[in-house]
Amino acid sequence: MDQFTLNLLVVGASFALYVGIAIWARAGSTSDCYAASRGVNPIVNGAATAADWMSAASFISMAGLIAFVGYGNSTFLMGWTGGYVLLALLLAPYLRKFGRFTVPDFIGDRFYSQTARLVAVICLLVISITYVIGQMTGAGVAFSRFLEVTSTTGLLIASTVVFIYAVLGGMKGITYTQLAQYIVLIVAYTIPAVFISLQLTGQFLPQIGLWSTHTESGLPLLTKLDQVLVELGFRDYTGHHGSTFNMVLFTMSLMIGTAGLPHVIIRFFTVPKVSDARKSAGWALIFIALLYTVAPAVGSMARLNIITTIYPHTTETGALDLERPLSYAERPQWMINWEQTGLLRFDDLNEDGQIQYYNAANPPAAAEELGWAGNEMVTFNQDILVLANPEIAQLPGWVIALIAAGGLAAALSTAAGLLLAISSAISHDLIKSMINPGISEKGELLAARISMAFAIALATWLGLNPPGFAAQVVALAFGLAAATLFPAIMMGIFSTKMNTAGAVTGMMVGLLSTCLYIFTYLGWFFIPGTAMLENVPANWLFGISPLSFGTVGAILNFAAAYLVLSFTKPAPQEVRDLVESIRVPRGAGGAVAH
Amino acid sequence: MSDKSASAYWAANIRIITICMVIWALVSFGFGIIFRPLLAGIPIGGTDLGFWFAQQGSILTFIVLIFYYTWYMNRLDKEFGVDEQ
Repeated sequence: MDQFTLNLLVVGASFALYVGIAIWARAGSTSDCYAASRGVNPIVNGAATAADWMSAASFISMAGLIAFVGYGNSTFLMGWTGGYVLLALLLAPYLRKFGRFTVPDFIGDRFYSQTARLVAVICLLVISITYVIGQMTGAGVAFSRFLEVTSTTGLLIASTVVFIYAVLGGMKGITYTQLAQYIVLIVAYTIPAVFISLQLTGQFLPQIGLWSTHTESGLPLLTKLDQVLVELGFRDYTGHHGSTFNMVLFTMSLMIGTAGLPHVIIRFFTVPKVSDARKSAGWALIFIALLYTVAPAVGSMARLNIITTIYPHTTETGALDLERPLSYAERPQWMINWEQTGLLRFDDLNEDGQIQYYNAANPPAAAEELGWAGNEMVTFNQDILVLANPEIAQLPGWVIALIAAGGLAAALSTAAGLLLAISSAISHDLIKSMINPGISEKGELLAARISMAFAIALATWLGLNPPGFAAQVVALAFGLAAATLFPAIMMGIFSTKMNTAGAVTGMMVGLLSTCLYIFTYLGWFFIPGTAMLENVPANWLFGISPLSFGTVGAILNFAAAYLVLSFTKPAPQEVRDLVESIRVPRGAGGAVAH
Repeated sequence: MSDKSASAYWAANIRIITICMVIWALVSFGFGIIFRPLLAGIPIGGTDLGFWFAQQGSILTFIVLIFYYTWYMNRLDKEFGVDEQ
């Protein structure tokens, strides 16, 4: 059986499974649709949260991000996991006790204001829509690469599948589909990693292999990697090279941004009890850590693998033999496969028939003498690392097919969670709470399904016409989640006095300052050429990178809210009683229809 | 529940949250980033302890923190009689 048929079979089988689950678990009420009737086992919810959270970026891109920067990009590992501590300790149990369906629901009721609800809906829509674009384009790319269709066709297939199972199943269908998607993606991610770890270190677990001895050289893996990188003129892998200040700020922004993402928060509304919400966050982090502790191992091992593939010989001292690099004609099959996609490209600059890979800006001492004319691996897309892993490790075709299904599972599970967050904000918060409070349960369910269909159509259209820089758009989503929703929810729980004026001012300050700062350096609405200042460290205010600004936005939000509170009337007694009641677990009922 | 025990319950909760958040910040921002140079002398797997905290240790600590907090709060809920029946 050829690879294409195999990919088609494995991906097709996984899609049939998702749609089958949705039919089995279809939603019959709004409580089913928004919160799976609060009947989800906390461990199942943990796995669903992990799939909901881990997007195409986590699955495909993260190992590459770490591989090509090393220590400096540990920020993603700490930031995207540390947010769960904030969720478990500061938000999830109280929001579950509150017993509503959406994030704007909490903000609107807690700050007793339709204005606050509306501002929260706007923040939620901006965050979730920017985030969903990346998922849809990611799914489209994965389709086109493995199923040999155009990325437009791939995107349309992906939208159709999400449409079927999200609209039909609501939160209940999405939950059990996400559980299946988690299993698919974690198996797909782990298998090639285990084999690479065995090949390089003899260790079965990549989490241990990362700190073990590189069998071939007898040196610790990371020492060996540092050594070969420095030989080729690159920065060492384990060294700290950037600004410590921005590293701290960026990690913090990712942490509070994660905790403030509405599609993650609403997952904690589905568990039966308050104590389950705490436990469920712990399980979510375990399931996430299964991938996040493998990713740095994959990153470092793949980087070393590529270098030793290009320089297969060593000198007597154990250094790379720079005189005998890989001959282009003898390159391995995986390189030939990926060259066809354009994601990997060589250019024989000095026409010697060999591949020289090094840092041309800081060439090794011997470069000139050897007649090197520049780095000949001219393109190496970082996403290849994970996608080509099974081929690099010479694993059978079904593992390659599994990677395709895993990448799609990661993108689709996150897209479905986002679409549910978007549609519930429209049908529940805009229509039911603000425009037509008299709407029947059936009418609201229909509205939820229609708005989900619209959200999918919008996401597909945006995926076909993506705005300039996908990565920077995601930075905006994290920055805004950190600067708007996280502080508002936290103050709603931890301050009994916080009032409407304070919360609304805080969210507005967070929203505007973050947008303003990001757009100043990255262009208004990311339209190229509209940036007011060039995005270089010398121009940054106090040296703060626009990607790290979420933390500052959050601080401004808190400061503005407390400043306004200091000269306005604190929240009325009944609201304070409400806050007191959400602080204790007792009395958390089932679904509260209101 | 009386007002007095409600405020005592909340104070106990804030105290354990604070302790957990200090550890949360210490392993990630502290050991993983700011204090990494101070830990440079402690070797682990070809690099130093700070690198381990940045790429693995902090994640493992986060998991332990959440489960510890869950266990502690379940006990606290019972002690103050505010657990879910």
